[in-house]
Amino acid sequence: MANKIPRVAVREQDPKVRATNFEEVCYGYNEEEALLEATRCLNCKNPRCVAACPVNIHIPDFIHHLTEGNIRAAADTIHLDSSLPSICGRVCPQESQCEGSCVLGIKGEPVAIGKLERFVGDWALAHSDEEVAPVIEKNGKRVAIVGSGPAGLACASDLAKMGYEVDVFEALHKLGGVLVYGIPEFRLPKERVVAREIEAVKRLGVKFETDVVIGRTMTIDALLDKEGYDAVFVGSGAGLPRFMGIEGENLNGVLSANEFLTRVNLMGAWNKEKSDTPIYVGRKVVVVGGGNVAMDAVRTAKRLGAEAVIVYRRGEAELPARKEEVHHAKEEGIEFRMLTNPTRILGTDDGWVKGINCVEMELGEPDASGRRSPQEKAGSDFTIDCDVVIMALGTSPNPLIASTTSGLNINRRGCIEASEMGATSREGVFAGGDAVTGAATVILAMGAGRKGAKAIDEYIKSKK
Amino acid sequence: MFKIVEKRKLAENIYEMKIAAERVARAALPGQFVIVRSDENGERIPLTIADYDTEAGTVTIVTQTIGMSTKKICALEVGDSLADFAGPLGRPSEFVHMPLEELRQRKYLFVAGGVGTAPVYPQVKWLKAQGVDCDVIIGAKTKDMLIYIDEMKKVGNVHIATDDGTEGYKGMVTGLIKELVEGEGRKYDECVCIGPMIMMKFVCLTTKPWELQTTVSLNALMVDGTGMCGACRVSVGGKTLFTCVDGPEFDGHQVDFDEAMRRQAMYKNQERTATENYEHKCNCYGK
Repeated sequence: MANKIPRVAVREQDPKVRATNFEEVCYGYNEEEALLEATRCLNCKNPRCVAACPVNIHIPDFIHHLTEGNIRAAADTIHLDSSLPSICGRVCPQESQCEGSCVLGIKGEPVAIGKLERFVGDWALAHSDEEVAPVIEKNGKRVAIVGSGPAGLACASDLAKMGYEVDVFEALHKLGGVLVYGIPEFRLPKERVVAREIEAVKRLGVKFETDVVIGRTMTIDALLDKEGYDAVFVGSGAGLPRFMGIEGENLNGVLSANEFLTRVNLMGAWNKEKSDTPIYVGRKVVVVGGGNVAMDAVRTAKRLGAEAVIVYRRGEAELPARKEEVHHAKEEGIEFRMLTNPTRILGTDDGWVKGINCVEMELGEPDASGRRSPQEKAGSDFTIDCDVVIMALGTSPNPLIASTTSGLNINRRGCIEASEMGATSREGVFAGGDAVTGAATVILAMGAGRKGAKAIDEYIKSKK
Repeated sequence: MFKIVEKRKLAENIYEMKIAAERVARAALPGQFVIVRSDENGERIPLTIADYDTEAGTVTIVTQTIGMSTKKICALEVGDSLADFAGPLGRPSEFVHMPLEELRQRKYLFVAGGVGTAPVYPQVKWLKAQGVDCDVIIGAKTKDMLIYIDEMKKVGNVHIATDDGTEGYKGMVTGLIKELVEGEGRKYDECVCIGPMIMMKFVCLTTKPWELQTTVSLNALMVDGTGMCGACRVSVGGKTLFTCVDGPEFDGHQVDFDEAMRRQAMYKNQERTATENYEHKCNCYGK
């Protein structure tokens, strides 16, 4: 039962050391630590954490299993609601979800739900060979899934368990979507975690095909009309990077966070010995933005040997990134220039970045989104010298699929219009994740993938 | 993995390969490109499509060895495989969507430079199949560097220009364009030019005073080739566009070529070192 011990600290790589390597920052709990931390849970009658979880994981239940040392039961409990606990335990913004609403957090520190989830997820991956492969009776129906990111993986896995024949088409050469091209190795290990989660989906009989760009190599119309799929789920994410539209943005040395992270993560450019893909960081890198992607980019630049700075137009309290990432970035020696907005990028005579002009900002009244909107302070212009500027301003869905699928409606932000369960304007086409919501979180995408699977099952059954 | 089913040397350092890629072959249209990766550690590089055979399920690419990645691709032989071959990417040429009646009224002048001759071929071939005969200028430094002459002659009216005069017109393609348009008084509705950036720039400067609509196909740096990274940003008419999804073909009179050439050289230093290291390794291991 609950006790008064403080939150069990999680072991992490020394900041000075990790700022020079790409190994995982956080080591996570070992069994002893996890079981001890689990005893802190009050097992509330009306658990607020469950309501605050986007997929309503039965949090007190799985933690209760842990206190009894029954890790398998804990894993089974999580798997009822989440297909990717190893990943979500690492990348979920717990402070604004489960842990943010934990009763213990009112007076002290909340239960480390994220770290416990990660422990259980990793344990399940490590013990996956002990699992008895489920006997799944095939129902003879075929579903195509566009994109192998969190939404597609979750949807594929649920549909396969229901007996569907599932083919996942991935545009890039590696599976995992944003888990592979976007989130860096030091936050989410690719081989140890992502690849193994995908292996688990493969064991369910799901087939994956890389290098298939839906909208170009094949269209959704063709999947339904010619290739004989009964339904299609679109989980193509939000991959289109935004730029500011300021002067100097096309200078050599200005790149989107997507390009920078793709070169380093997907193409492995952090490992110069192995990878053919070039990367340039220069002496000093300025990253514009305050989200998780900005933190990933700036910490990556630091690891590649550059002095690295975050420039963000609002204040620290408004940073949309997870608290833990901001904290880790600071520990690693990242400089934060808050309330600072770029106005122009300066170039050398031969067209390379040499600096970025900024203005200081101050916060005004809260806007429609509830965030206080920043305003320029007159006459506060100044320049930061740098060689590289990385724009981490958010992304929007790629228009390719919508523009090549007949009868598929999108909204004015370019997102596919879909119901709560993922039904789109086109019969037989379902969608979820960032392709519908715009850039959001792994857990929301995973949840949308699972809802999509349910909706597809109902749709196909209703047609019989 | 995508198997190489045919390979031939077209000129010094220029190779043609037929790749087994059924889906790409079925979907390909003139003007599009593919992203190719030679092996597990390879770079994703964009290559234009030189031909496609829907029935055989093959796509033809023509590669000139300029850096390590192109050298690695060209070192592969028949029976070997490319790790990745994704496409067809980019928008097809605009004429593909034109009503046939209108298209048959139009006169096209194609201008191909060096290895850029390869992507011109499927365009001329496609138009020929619709009953549109085109003039095609093929330019190269010297006779030995000319490629696709025989193929092109089967589908278009070929004019050749070499810098040193070893074949056809002596001089740059711009000189030959002027000769056809000003000298012979030929009239065109559109010029399509594919070749080195610098050549496309000067062809555009040549056709601009005549207000001859000129389409160019840009070979910008890319990583994913699907609109994700923005490495291929190009200024067209003062607007920033992505070569991979908005192009690769653009109105040449609107393209900022100086910026495009500068951006193309973004990783030149790294590429040079990588190529030197690669060649050194090849020499050491006798490959």
